[in-house]
Parts: sequence; structure tokens; C-alpha cells
Amino acid sequence: MAIIKVENVKYKYPDTDKLVLNDMTFDVEQGEFIGLIGKNTAGKSTLCFALAGLVPHFFKGAYGGKVLVNGLEVRQHEIGEISPHVGLVFENPFSQMTGSKYTVYEEIAFGLENMGIDREIIVNRIEESLELLDITEIKDKNPFDLSGGQMQRVAIASVIALKPSILILDEPTSQLDPQGTEEVFKVIENLTKEGITIIMAEHKIDKMAGYTDRILLIHEGKLIDFDTPAKLFSREDLQDYGIIAPAVTRISQSLGIQNKENGLYPVTLKELSREMGDKR
Amino acid sequence: MNSIEVTNLSFSYTPEIDVLKGIHLKLDGETTAIVGQNGAGKSTFVKLLKGLLRPTEGEILLNGKNTKDYTVASLAKEIGLVFQNPNDQIFKNTVIGEVMFGPLNIGQDEQKAKEKSIEALEKVHLEKYLETNPYDLSLSERKLIAIASILSMDPNIVIFDEPTMGQDYAGKETLKEIIFELRNQGKLVLCILHDMDFAAEVFERTIVFNQGKVLIEGPSRDIFAQKEILEQAYLEQPYVAQIADELGLKGSYATDEDLLRALKEE
Repeated sequence: MAIIKVENVKYKYPDTDKLVLNDMTFDVEQGEFIGLIGKNTAGKSTLCFALAGLVPHFFKGAYGGKVLVNGLEVRQHEIGEISPHVGLVFENPFSQMTGSKYTVYEEIAFGLENMGIDREIIVNRIEESLELLDITEIKDKNPFDLSGGQMQRVAIASVIALKPSILILDEPTSQLDPQGTEEVFKVIENLTKEGITIIMAEHKIDKMAGYTDRILLIHEGKLIDFDTPAKLFSREDLQDYGIIAPAVTRISQSLGIQNKENGLYPVTLKELSREMGDKR
Repeated sequence: MNSIEVTNLSFSYTPEIDVLKGIHLKLDGETTAIVGQNGAGKSTFVKLLKGLLRPTEGEILLNGKNTKDYTVASLAKEIGLVFQNPNDQIFKNTVIGEVMFGPLNIGQDEQKAKEKSIEALEKVHLEKYLETNPYDLSLSERKLIAIASILSMDPNIVIFDEPTMGQDYAGKETLKEIIFELRNQGKLVLCILHDMDFAAEVFERTIVFNQGKVLIEGPSRDIFAQKEILEQAYLEQPYVAQIADELGLKGSYATDEDLLRALKEE
């Protein structure tokens, strides 16, 4: 059964005329890792908010259609009822920090405490999250004394600790170094093995190609395509949507290297290597 | 030509932990990328260049001026720094007010400041938002406004702290144009980056920071060909170089064209 169902969703922010989400419909299965791509202002963040209930409950505005997460219709339930099911990591980690806690450790505890979880479990969850994001060393620091990259790790840890069944991440690696980015992608991929469903908005196309099960391409509030990385990145018209294919795919297209069975272009180094190997 | 000379620079926020240790660098006309893992000291280094922090030890000369002998305000005409987080930089309630703030404060008159500011906003393609509140725009747009606020001051040395953060393909192309234009005007451009592809493609020279020290520096082509050293600094090669490596090609590759040329020759 689909864990996320989006049906004909339309949305406009208050005092604006433009539909930021324009008749979107799609389903996501449990445990899938979905990449969300599109140029800036395509509606990626708004879609993230709509899945977490911030649209329409926090932002208000005009809303039509239906979003169901874990069987709950978002519009009919308050954010407090939705948040145990859906975790959201903001684009700007600064916005994620509560501002009411003085250490990273307490910051991560905040959400868990608010959910009324047992102390013992809270301690375990915090330690687990600190370790996963490799931030145990900074657990006693003030969240606002951290570098951008460290704060981004804390933001992710504070949401992962809640163990939501659906985890939404809005450009979670924008301030991380390359190996930090790779680590976060691996952590997220491992969560899908526990049955957690992931939606991640990201510009790092090359990484998305290697890790996601399917990619959702949106443009001006509309869903353009929702398919496997290989199919999606083999499209000829990506540039029309402000997207550039992964390096591997671009090189393959220039050289005419395609998968013989399905005619798609490679999207990862391994696939390219395999196709090139066959050719040589 | 503009120059930055750094000798034996060390810095610590607290006595126990050295953030930067014994840095020697000489930067002149070339566009330079600064790369390194989170916490390597990159942002601290550029804050020292800008005069926002003072060296614990060592000297920094900006076009011959020792930063120790000048106030931050008097260096502002010389050197501009675009912050990593635009929210740390932006405080006015209109875009034009924000971008004009710098030029007015370094002594430009109202009319010139406005001209310069509109020009700068045109470069980042946000000139239609003059009267908009910056906080009604997206984070990536605010990032571009922070850039325009520095360009409008027309400093000789321009430093960007992670400008590609949150930018899409079009945003990165805009940045590329701005950097090339600054270089052609003879400005010294420095840029902290986590985007190795962008660093390899756009910058002539690259400095790799690791745990408060310069691990290696040189022409970008040479630096990005060195897989082991990059990995030691928690970085990775640009994707085209990774592809070349996977296919067993020797040499250095910064752009699609480099790689395609080599593959076609084979």
C-alpha cells in the first residue's frame, strides 16, 4: 500500500496569485528513497511542506486536493498529529534549531521530550543519532556556535532521532563537504532498510542518481516525471526544466553509450564502466 | 595587480584549540578555490583576510597593507566577503536598501550607490525585486542578494564563502559569469567551495585546507588529479575525474570536454 498519496494537490501562498503546486498526483511506496529535483522556485520546498502539513496548517493560503501520509489526511489533522509520522529537515539548519536549548544533546532531545517518550529511550535515541551523524564530539556545544556543516548534521540528527515513518529532507547536504555528503546519503539509505520512506530534495544530481529508487521532477508547480534515475536522466529535455544530467550520463550521451537491453544511458560510474567494458 | 600575502598565520578562538596553524600563502591574479572538510578552518581563514578576526600570530598583507594596522571599516573598500549564511548578512527590509548599504558606507553618493546596486542586482538577475523584502525571497535568492551587496561596493578583492550552496544549474551559471567578469576586471577572486566540479572547472588555482593547515596548493588541474590527497582531506575528485579514473585514463580532467577529447583519441 502507498504510504504517501498525493491527489490533485493545488496550493497558493496567502496574498499571491500563482499556484506553487499545480495539480500534483503521485504515490510513494513504503521504504522507497525518492529524490525530488527541479530548478529553484519550482516548488520543491513547498511540496516538502505539504507532505509535513506545514502547508496548509502553518502557511495558510488556498489549498485543494488531498495529501495522505501513513493513512492520515494532512488537511484534516493538526501538525502535532502528523509530526510523529512525518519528520522534516529544513533547508536552512538555522531554522531548525529551537533556540531554547544550550547544547546539541538537549537540542536533539527536544523533539523526543515533546513526544513524551521514556527517558531511557530518549537517551538511547540521542546517542544513536549523534553517532550516526558523527557529531558525538560536539554534543556539549551550543548549537549556535557550530559551523554551517555541523549545524546541518545536528538538524538531521534531531529529526532522525524521532524515527518518523516518513522522513523529508530539503537539501540536507548543502553545507557538507564531499565525504560528509556521501556519509549522509549512506545513513539515509540505511534508514530505508528499516522501512523508513525518504523524500529528499537535492541539487546534487550525481549523488541522487546513485542512491535513489525513483526521482520526482517538478517544474513550475507541476509534476513532469516520476521514474527511475536511469529513465529520468535519459530524457532529452532535462535542460528545459533547468536540470543537467549526471556527469556519467552526459559523457555517455556524447559517446552514444547505452544499455543494450533498454536503450537507457548509464547514471552511475559502475554502469558506465560495465557498458564501456562490454564495448572494449 | 592585487595580492594577498600571508606569513606564518596562526589563529585560535580559545587557547586550547588552534584553528589555523602556520599558514604561508601568496595569492595574486589567479582565481582561487579554497576546499577542505567541514571544520578545516576555511571560513576562519577568510574572516582573518577580511580583518573580522585578528591573527594570534603572523601577518596578512592586502595589497601591501598589514591588516593589523587598519580597521575593518577602512579595509572594506579593498576587500569584500560574502557570508556563507545570507541571513547573517542581510538586515534591511528592501533588496535595494540592502545592496546600497555597503556603497553608501564606503562614501559613494546616493546616485552612484543606486546605479552600482542596480548593476549588481542585474548581474544576479534579481533586478525586478528592488522593493521586495529579502526575507520574502527564497534562501538561494537571498544568497544572490548577499553577493550583489558586495559587488556593489566594487572591492579589489572579492571572497565568496560557499556561493554554490543551494544554487541550481542556472544559479551556478550566473556565478560562473560573475567570477569570470571579476577576473577580467583584474580583481582577485577567492572562493570557499564544497562543489569540486565547480572548483575544478572555474578556478585557476586551488588550495586544500586540512585541520588548520594548507595540505597542498597549486594549479586546479594538478590538485584535482590527486585522488589520494583529496581523500585524505575528506574530499573527492570532480565527477569527470572520477569517470576518467574508473575508465583507467591517466592525466587530469576538469570538464566534460577534457574527458570527451581524451576518450575520442583513444
